[in-house]
Amino acid sequence: MASDRNPMSAPSPGRRSLLNWLLGTWSAGVLGSIVFPVVRYLVPPEIPEAPTLSVMAGPASTLAPNTGRLVPFGNSPAIVVRLASGELRAFAGTCTHLSCTVQYRPDLEHIWCACHNGHYDLHGRNISGPPPRPLEAYDANVQGDEIVISKKG
Amino acid sequence: MKAWLADRLPVAEVEAAIAHKTVPQHRHSIWYYLGGMTLFFFGVQVVTGILLLLYYRPSAAEAYDSVQFIMTRVPFGWLIRSIHSWAANLLVAAAFIHLFSVLFLKAYRRPREITWITGVLLLFVILAFGFTGYLLPWNELAFFATRVGTDIAGAVPFVGEATVRFLRGGPEVTGATLTRFYGVHVAVLPAIATVLVGLHLLLVQYHGMSVPPSVESEARRAGRPIPAMPFVPHFALRDLFGWTVALAMLAGLSAFLPWELGVRADPFAPAPAGIQPEWYFLWTFQALKLVPATVLGVSGELIALVGMTAGALALVFLPMLDRNTDRSRAIVTWAAIGALGFMVAMTLLALVGGHS
Repeated sequence: MASDRNPMSAPSPGRRSLLNWLLGTWSAGVLGSIVFPVVRYLVPPEIPEAPTLSVMAGPASTLAPNTGRLVPFGNSPAIVVRLASGELRAFAGTCTHLSCTVQYRPDLEHIWCACHNGHYDLHGRNISGPPPRPLEAYDANVQGDEIVISKKG
Repeated sequence: MKAWLADRLPVAEVEAAIAHKTVPQHRHSIWYYLGGMTLFFFGVQVVTGILLLLYYRPSAAEAYDSVQFIMTRVPFGWLIRSIHSWAANLLVAAAFIHLFSVLFLKAYRRPREITWITGVLLLFVILAFGFTGYLLPWNELAFFATRVGTDIAGAVPFVGEATVRFLRGGPEVTGATLTRFYGVHVAVLPAIATVLVGLHLLLVQYHGMSVPPSVESEARRAGRPIPAMPFVPHFALRDLFGWTVALAMLAGLSAFLPWELGVRADPFAPAPAGIQPEWYFLWTFQALKLVPATVLGVSGELIALVGMTAGALALVFLPMLDRNTDRSRAIVTWAAIGALGFMVAMTLLALVGGHS
C-alpha cells in the first residue's frame, strides 16, 4: 500500500512519460544551443564590399595588337584584349566552366582556358569545349593613355 | 612487473589472441599485405605531417615562403616534405589497390560489411586529405586545382552556391580557404581517420582474414583444410620486410625526385597551359573535360557530379548490393572491371591528350 505511493519504486506511467518528455526536451535544447552556433560559425560571414563598376587597366600604349592582359576587377580577374585591328575589348576573366582564369592566345586569336580547354571568341562567346556560358563583356575605353574597363551600364 | 600489469590489463587475453591469430595461405595470399602497407604509409603521413606542422604557416602571405624555408633552410626539411608528398601518393595508390583486391576477392561479404564500409570511407578521407593538403603550399597548380575542385560543388541544385562558399570560406579561393583547408587537413580529417582506422583494424582482428569464395569451395571439394601461417612472428615479419622496402623506396624517391614547390599562387595570373591535377584525380578531370556543357538542357557538371555520387554510394553499399550468389559476384567483378577500365582509359587520355 505504502510502497505503491513511493515514487522511487513504482513511478506511475504518467509521471514517467512526463520525466522522459522533460529529459528529451532538455537534451534537444542543450544540443540545439551547441549545434546552432557551431553551424553558424562554419558559414563564413558576408563581407560587404562596394560593387566594382570600373577599374584602371594599365597604359594602352604597352598593350600590343593581338595580345591580352589580365587585371584585377574587384576580387576577380578581367581580361583586356587588343585585337589585331587595334580595337580594345574587355571581358570577365573567370571561365564560366569551373572558375579557372582565362588567357589570350595570339596563335588562335581568341580567348582560351587552360584548365579544361575551353575556347571563347573575341566577343566572349563560348565556341568550343566545356564552358556553358559566354564571358561577361565589359566596356573598354581609353582616357589619356589609361585603359578604363567598366561594367556595361 | 608483468603480474602487476596482468592484474590491471587483459594481458593474458591479448597474448592468447596474438598466439591464435593466423593468416590463411593460398594463391591470393599476397593481397593480404596491402592493408598493412596502406597502414604503414598512413603512419608515415602522421609522423612527417606533425614534423611539417612545426614550421608551416597557414596564411596566404606566408604559406609558400614557409614551405620554401622548410625545403631550403631547415636541416632535412627537403626530406621530410618530399617524403610527405611521395607517401601521400603511395598511400592513395596502396589504398586503391587494397580496395580493388578486397573487391575482386569478395572479402566484403557477410560478416565483413562494416569492415568494407569503414574501408571505403577511409579511402574518401584519404582523398580529402590529398585535396586539402595539395593547397597548403599555396602554389599556382594548387590554387587552380582548388578553384576547379570546389567549383564542382556549385553544380548541386539549390544549395550549390552556398556549398562553394562554405568550402572556400567565401566566394573566392583566398587565404580564408587556406586556413579552412589547413584546419580540415590537420584536425578534422585526422580525428575522423583515427576513429575509422581503429574500427577497421578492430573488425579485421575480430573477424580474421577473409578467404576468397573460390579457394573456400576448392578446399571443401578436396576435403582439405586451408593451410594457415601464424601472424606472430611469421606474417608480421613479412609485413615488416615489406615496410622496410617501402621506406627505402620513399627515401629513394625523395632523394632523387624531390617534390617540387612550383610557382607561388597569383590570383590574377591565367591558369598555366598544360595544368593537370594529381594522377588520382586525372580521370575525373578528363571526364569533366569531355562532358559537354549541356546535355538535353541539363548542365554537364551536374551530370558528372550525379555520376560520381552514384558511383561513390554504390561503392559504400556494395556488400548490400551483392546478394552473394555466383551470378551477383560475377556482376560485381565485371562492374568493377568496367569502372577500373573507365578510370584507366580516362587517365591515359588525359596523359596523352594534353590539350588540343
